[in-house]
Amino acid sequence: MKLKKILPQLATLFVVVLIFGFFTMNAQLNMENRGIDFGYGFLTQESSFDVQFSLIEYSGSDSYGRAYLVGLLNTLLVSVLGIIICTIIGVIIGIARLSPNYLIRTTAAWYVEFFRNIPLLLQIFFWYYAALRALPLPQDAEAIFGASYLTIKGFYTPSLIWENLDIFIYSVIAAIVAIVFVRIHAKKLRENQGKHLPVLNISIAILFVLPLLTFLFGGVNVGYETPELKQLAKTSFKFEGGLSIPPELLSLVIALSLYTATFVAECVRAGIQGVGKGQREAAASIGLNRKQVLNLIIMPQALRIIIPPTTNQYLNLTKNSSLAAAIAYPDLVLVFAGTALMQTGKAIEIVSITMLTYLTLSLSISFFMNWYNAKIAIVEK
Amino acid sequence: MFKYLKQLTSLVAMVAVLFTFTTETMAAKKSKTLKNTQKKGFVRCGVSQGLPGFSNADAAGNWTGVDVDVCRAVAAAVLGDASKVKYTPLSAKERFTALTSGEIDILSRNTTWTLSRDADIGLTFVGVNFYDGQGFMVRKSSGITSTDQFKNGISACTNIGTTTELNMRDFFNSRGISYEPVAFEKADEVVAAYDAGRCDTYTTDKSGLAAQRTKMSNPDEHIVLPETISKEPLGPVVRQGDSVWEDIVRWSLNTMIEAEEYGITSGNADMMKTSDNPAIKRLVGSEGELGAAFGLDNDWSYRIITQVGNYGESYKRNIADTGILPDRGPNELWTKGGILYVPPAR
Repeated sequence: MKLKKILPQLATLFVVVLIFGFFTMNAQLNMENRGIDFGYGFLTQESSFDVQFSLIEYSGSDSYGRAYLVGLLNTLLVSVLGIIICTIIGVIIGIARLSPNYLIRTTAAWYVEFFRNIPLLLQIFFWYYAALRALPLPQDAEAIFGASYLTIKGFYTPSLIWENLDIFIYSVIAAIVAIVFVRIHAKKLRENQGKHLPVLNISIAILFVLPLLTFLFGGVNVGYETPELKQLAKTSFKFEGGLSIPPELLSLVIALSLYTATFVAECVRAGIQGVGKGQREAAASIGLNRKQVLNLIIMPQALRIIIPPTTNQYLNLTKNSSLAAAIAYPDLVLVFAGTALMQTGKAIEIVSITMLTYLTLSLSISFFMNWYNAKIAIVEK
Repeated sequence: MFKYLKQLTSLVAMVAVLFTFTTETMAAKKSKTLKNTQKKGFVRCGVSQGLPGFSNADAAGNWTGVDVDVCRAVAAAVLGDASKVKYTPLSAKERFTALTSGEIDILSRNTTWTLSRDADIGLTFVGVNFYDGQGFMVRKSSGITSTDQFKNGISACTNIGTTTELNMRDFFNSRGISYEPVAFEKADEVVAAYDAGRCDTYTTDKSGLAAQRTKMSNPDEHIVLPETISKEPLGPVVRQGDSVWEDIVRWSLNTMIEAEEYGITSGNADMMKTSDNPAIKRLVGSEGELGAAFGLDNDWSYRIITQVGNYGESYKRNIADTGILPDRGPNELWTKGGILYVPPAR
C-alpha cells in the first residue's frame, strides 16, 4: 500500500519541522524578552577593529562583511596550504611504509604512530609556543640563503617585484592550455597509431619557453626586495620589506599538515595494499617495467581506494583549522565568530553564518572529491 | 496498524515534552532570577579565567578578588551565606552569551561598561566596582618609557572580544602609527606570547597589566607605561528584564562602598548597630525597612558587611596587599580624592 510507505515518512517530517519550529520560536521569544534584536544589518556596519594578517585590503573602517571575507580567506589559505602539504607528506610516508628497506619502513611507522596519537590542539601549542620560543629575536637571526630570516616574529624572505605581471600570468595560462592540447593530441596518437610522445618533456619545455619569451619581448621584468632589519626601540627590532609570513600561520600549517599527513599516509598504504598481488604479477608478466606497473596498473586502482577516505581527512583538516583561534591566527572563527561576535553581540546570526560557511566549504571539498573519484572509477564496458 | 502505534506514541510523548517547556517559558515572572536563586541555594556567577586581584582561583579552587566579592555580597544578601556561589570561569568571548542565555545570573568579570553593550545585547550594567583605563606594557630593556616612542611596525599582543581591540586601533590610528595586532582568545596565551618575545608591547586594562605582570617569568623585566588611552569603568552585569534582581546586585555593590564611607567594617558592624547616625543604623539593619523593597529581610546589608567586608577591605585584601596596585588611584572614596560615589542607601 502506498499510504503505508508514506505515512511514517510524513510523521518523521512533521516531528522534524515541529522541533525546528519549537527552537526557532523559543529563541525568538527569549530574545524578545531580553530585548535582543535579530537581523543581519550589522554586516554593513563599520567593524572598527584591525586584523593582523589579511589577503585582501582591510582596515577597521571597513564593514563587518569584509571582516568576514578576511577571516574566510585566511581559513581557505590555511586549508589549501595544509591540504597540499599533508598530501605530499602523506603520499611519501604512505609509500615509505611499504618500503623494502627496514629503516625507512620503521621510521615511517613511528612517524605515523607518533603524530596520530597526540591531540591536535597540543601539537598546535607545541609548534607555536615551544618551537616559537626557540626561534631567535629578529636582531639575532642568522640569514638563511643570504636573505631569508626565521625569527620569533615570523619568517621573512625576499619578495619579487614584477613589471607587467599580467602579461606573465597570461603566458603561463597560455602554456597550460597548450600543454592540455599536447596531451590530448598525444593520447590520440597513442591510441590510433601506437606512437609515444615524450609528453612530460614537451610540457616542461612549453612551461618554460612561453613565459621566458615574455621576458625577452613582452616587457616583463622582475626585481626583488629583501627584508631589512629596522629598529623600533633599544632592544626591539623587526624586519621590513619583502614577504613576511606570521609565525601563527607557519605553526598552524605545520601542525595541521603533520597531523593530517599521518591519516593520509594510512589511506595511501591501505590503497596500495588493497590492489591484488595478481595485478602486479600479471602486469610484470606482460613485460611492463617497475615504473609502468606502478603508474599504469597499481596507482589507478589504488586511487579508487585512497580517495574517499582521504576526502574525509581533507574535510577534517579544514574543520580543524578553526583551532587557529588558540594561537591568534586570524581565521574565520577568530575574526568573525570571535571579535565580530563580541563587538556586535549578534551571537545567533554570526554563529549561523559561520556554521553555514563551514558546511559550504566541506560540501564543496566533498563535491570536488566525489567528482574526481567518479572520474577515476573503473568504467565497466 | 499496531506497527505505527509505537511511532505514534513516541510522537505524542515528544509533542507533550515540547509543550511543557513552552508553558514554563511563558510563566516567566518579574523576579524570576531571585526566586530561582533562592530555590537553587546558590548564586550563579560568571568570572574570569584567572585574573589575580579580580577573580582568581587558588590551587584548592577557592575564588578570591574584588569581582568575586560582588557575587559573594549578593549571596550574603539573598541567601544569608557569602560562600554559596557557583563560579563559572568565562573567556571574554563567551561571557555575554553565558549571561543572556541564562547560564549565569551575574557577570562579574572585569567588564567595561559601554553604551553599545548596555543598549544592544540584552544586558544591564549595574554599577562600577573598578575604574580602570587601558595601558601598555613593554620590556624595560627596550628603553621605551612613553607611548610617544612607539614606531611604525610595532606588534601588540592582546585579547580578542574586548574593548581593548577597539581602543588600540583608535590610539594607533589617531597617531598615524602602523601596528600589527596579535589577538588571542585567552589572557594566559597573550601573556605567554608576549613573554616569549612575539610582541613588542602587551595592551589591556592597566589593572590587568599589573595583575598579569605577576605571572611573567621575570616580572621585573617589564614596565607599564604611564599613559592611559581609554576610560574602562569595570562593573557587574545582569540580564536585561529582571529589574528586581538588577536592583539587588546594584545595591549589594553600593552597600560595600557606602559602608566604607561610613567607616563600617566587618569587624565593627556589630558595634555600629547602636550608632547614633541613622545612615549607619540603616546599613547594619537596626533601623528602617530597606530590604523589603527587594523582598529581602532587613539584615541583608549587615550580612554583606560582616561576611564580605566593605569595599576598602575588599580592595586591600585582594589588590593592595597582593602587590598588584597598592595605590587606589581613582578607586578611592569621593571623600578622599577618588571618584567612588554611590547614591545614598535610604
